[in-house]
Amino acid sequence: MIEVKNLVKKYGDHVAVDHLTFTVEKGQVYGFLGPNGAGKSTTMNIMTGYIGATEGEVIIDGHDILTDAQEAKKCIGYLPEIPPVYPDMTVEEYLQFSAQLKGIKKEERGEQIAKVMAMTQVEGVADRLIKNLSKGYRQRVGLAHAIMGFPPIIILDEPTVGLDPKQIIEIRELIKELSKEHTVILSSHILSEISEVCDYVMIIAHGRLIASDTTENLTKMMEGQNTYSFLVKGGETQVREALGRVDGVEKVSIKPSAEKGILDVLVECAGTRAAMPGEHAAQAMADEIKECAELEQNTEKQAEQGQNSEKQADDVTGEALAPSGLSENKMDCREAIFYALAHAECPMMAPAQHVSLEDIFLELTEDHPDSQNKKEKRRFLAKRPNHKEVADHGGDL
Amino acid sequence: MAAIYKKEVRSYFTSVIGCVFVAFALVITGLYFFANNLYGGYPYFGYSLSATIVIFLILIPILTMKSVADDRRQKTDQMLLTSPVSTWTIILSKYLAMLTVFMIFVCIISFYPLIMAHYGTISYAMAYTSIIGFALMCFLGIAIGMFISSITESQVIAAVLTFLVLFVTYMAESIADLIPTSAGVSLAAFIILVIVIAMILYSMTKSFALSAIVGIVGIAALCILYFVDSSAFQGAFGGLIASLSLTGHFYSFASGLIDIPGIVFYLSGSVLFLFLADQAVEKRRWC
Repeated sequence: MIEVKNLVKKYGDHVAVDHLTFTVEKGQVYGFLGPNGAGKSTTMNIMTGYIGATEGEVIIDGHDILTDAQEAKKCIGYLPEIPPVYPDMTVEEYLQFSAQLKGIKKEERGEQIAKVMAMTQVEGVADRLIKNLSKGYRQRVGLAHAIMGFPPIIILDEPTVGLDPKQIIEIRELIKELSKEHTVILSSHILSEISEVCDYVMIIAHGRLIASDTTENLTKMMEGQNTYSFLVKGGETQVREALGRVDGVEKVSIKPSAEKGILDVLVECAGTRAAMPGEHAAQAMADEIKECAELEQNTEKQAEQGQNSEKQADDVTGEALAPSGLSENKMDCREAIFYALAHAECPMMAPAQHVSLEDIFLELTEDHPDSQNKKEKRRFLAKRPNHKEVADHGGDL
Repeated sequence: MAAIYKKEVRSYFTSVIGCVFVAFALVITGLYFFANNLYGGYPYFGYSLSATIVIFLILIPILTMKSVADDRRQKTDQMLLTSPVSTWTIILSKYLAMLTVFMIFVCIISFYPLIMAHYGTISYAMAYTSIIGFALMCFLGIAIGMFISSITESQVIAAVLTFLVLFVTYMAESIADLIPTSAGVSLAAFIILVIVIAMILYSMTKSFALSAIVGIVGIAALCILYFVDSSAFQGAFGGLIASLSLTGHFYSFASGLIDIPGIVFYLSGSVLFLFLADQAVEKRRWC
């Protein structure tokens, strides 16, 4: 669908985009994640043909954005960072103009405009001048322009910036709806947003693509980090056997440590299962298998939503087992491991290592502490309505 | 194309600029028309039009200042440039929209000769020739204004620069008269011109070799021409300056002459500045 090859953009000596290469497949939601100034907007501007690249090429649906610009641009609906709206026009006039500009046939225009207005919920302000609209509505009008004509690719640059949490949820819903028939690319520095709506995440920093994978795989990568290393006193077979009995342990590697008779054990645990509130751990061991199976069924449906669904599952369990509300992100096997090893009479010391997707992001992009706080706040706001959703969900179980 | 054209024309009349332009132009032209032709009884409408040129040096920048600059400031150029239309279409639509506003004025003043005819005998041919000449001249002025609007982001800077450029071209003949006509002075002026061109070339391409070659070849060619036929250089530089005059050709239209070189000059000049405006917009995408 979109092929970006070796893209470089220089502003004088400053390299905004540094040899970026990626492909975008049809019918998925892609997320550009990166701190401010990472080159997200520049990349999007190049992809949409607004600015030219210093090097490299962009091919949209077989059309080069430079040599075959008009055909390529027909495939794209773009919402830039600042919605490109004319303040002196009413919303309806603006959308009329947008429809004409995109070359939508006269007889289809009325229908298209009505449809787009309904989707972005701007019917209520159709007769108002855009200059009198709030930022949120301007954003929606810009979005209406982007999806006008329903091009196969829709590119949204920070579509939820400056919106209130309710509007954010609405826009997200819209993006999800659009993703059924369109390829959507959106950029954001808000993490929860990306993990919530995107199938595929590209982390960009300093103009370079640092990580690029499906949300699932990135979550897995995070799970991969859900690894415990500890020291156990005992024989290797004995320890292996004991650990084999613990649910959630996926991989065990045992090396002899520097001390004699003590083994250096590395255990990888599954991360997508329910967290066990501490006091229930021992007695719930048997129930757990059943519990997990149930939850897995539940989570499978939203598997592509990765972290989010995992969170939901956690919350559900939290409510089902104990009213602990805030449960851990990941299953904590340590206690089970401890009991299992204790049972096998192999005493252990267990320093645990937890890395979340957010940590990966922060580590990769080296953000400033200020913007980090802001992000946390936004994330919190954005997440809040979800708890309600979760609660409803929990009621069904 | 129609979309941008319609939107632009409408925006001229939803904002006050279009109305102010037409109204102000009509008031000034009407004043001169009344004073010279009706009150003074002078039968040549072209005379009144010539008198209004100075006012149009101010009015044209008002019309053109926002054409491209405003889109850039409001970031709405992102909408236009990412839509399936070429930059040339955008530029041309905007230009035609401005011509439309201007033509409203021209259509109204086209009735003035008829009013004059009511009070005596006039030459319609002369009157309408001068109106056509005036319109063509303003087409070029608008194209220049549009180009300047496309190289800046600020409407005020665009307006001031356009006024300056129009003023200099308006004064070109007077400036040319000030330049000594001797061949030596012309040669020196041309050499300076070549050096300036070479320097501009260097600042744009950063290629020392290219600009040096252009400079040296240019100067050598000038010197050879000078030694072959120095009399050709007499008054040549003044002639060059005078040929850039915006108003020179209009005066022949005003005196009832259908000036073919004038038509070519105004139309080709307009196309040149539209091309430059297009290039300016394109250039901005690359740096």
